[in-house]
Amino acid sequence: MINCLNLLSLLLIPFLITFILIFGLFKKVPVYNVFVEGAKEGLFISIRILPYLIAIIVSISMFRASGAIDLIANFLSTPLKFFHIPYETLPLMVTRSLSGSATLGILSDIVSQTGADSYASKLAAIIVGSSETTFYVIAVYFGSIGIKKIRYALLCGILADIAGIVLAIFVSRYFFLI
Amino acid sequence: MNYIFAFLILFSFVVASYTGKLDDVVSAMLESSDRAVQVAISLIGIMSFWLGIVKIAQKAGLIEIFAKIISPILKLLFSDLKKDSSAFSNIALNISANALGLSNAATPFGIKAMKDMKEEEKTGDVASNSMCMFLSMNTAGFQLVPATVIAILASAGSKNPTEIVLPTFIVTFLAFCFAIITAKLFSKFWKFEVKND
Repeated sequence: MINCLNLLSLLLIPFLITFILIFGLFKKVPVYNVFVEGAKEGLFISIRILPYLIAIIVSISMFRASGAIDLIANFLSTPLKFFHIPYETLPLMVTRSLSGSATLGILSDIVSQTGADSYASKLAAIIVGSSETTFYVIAVYFGSIGIKKIRYALLCGILADIAGIVLAIFVSRYFFLI
Repeated sequence: MNYIFAFLILFSFVVASYTGKLDDVVSAMLESSDRAVQVAISLIGIMSFWLGIVKIAQKAGLIEIFAKIISPILKLLFSDLKKDSSAFSNIALNISANALGLSNAATPFGIKAMKDMKEEEKTGDVASNSMCMFLSMNTAGFQLVPATVIAILASAGSKNPTEIVLPTFIVTFLAFCFAIITAKLFSKFWKFEVKND
């Protein structure tokens, strides 16, 4: 069952790329030229997130080196162990709704500290990949049309984020631990 | 974010002077800024490749096709809007672009959809049920392939970075449904008032 699901994960991207290429050719899109045009943006995006990465990775690393994370982790170790949550992923759960770039920074930090194939990295990747930065989305969309009374929009977004984190913990345990 | 950032640094100095690890903290500061640069540089390649592929999808009109498929479902979810509301096409395009991972392309559609809803429902500065529904769908961040996350795993030398694709999809899909259901429930209980003053 799990093998089959992993195979599906593996196939999804090749399938998507094949489909996009064939569909593009079918629609007479100059695929090579358009590809190059799109790929140019990759450089700018990576450069744009660099300052955020520095801010987050440096401050988290300092926090860890001081021993503060160990203190918190000791304090929370029993409930964390019970749900198989690596303590490295805790800061991620706090920032996920607040800042997209901070979240990417923490994810990169977890990956480089625990290794790209660790359970902590996988859980973190699923948490990051499965949700959006609620505060940012609200700021952009409601800000752009001058909505001041947001009613339940924020509450709804936060609840969905929490649900996403809880789901991520259970789904990744099913996929990668059992 | 400002407080979190300042707290992390200040608190680590405080703890470090207590645990005697001040030198570790300083060397962590120097070493990790270097590491942050390496992470950003190693992202460039994979990000560029994926954005190139996705651009082909965009130029071929895949977003519009996807939007057509989901629009009947949208009419059920946004029951407050008129059947022929111009907001629907923009909502559909926004969700489709997001699903393909084109958040830059999705934002203009989203803002246009919000404007359409505001004009149609004459809400002033209060968010309508439709707006809250649209926002909840967006904050759940539904997407087919989490390209950035895969890029981070791959650039760190993961053996099989795509194995998170399916679990991520399951989680994001369920969270997306959860967001829609909570938005619907709230719209029943949370009264909507426009003050005309």
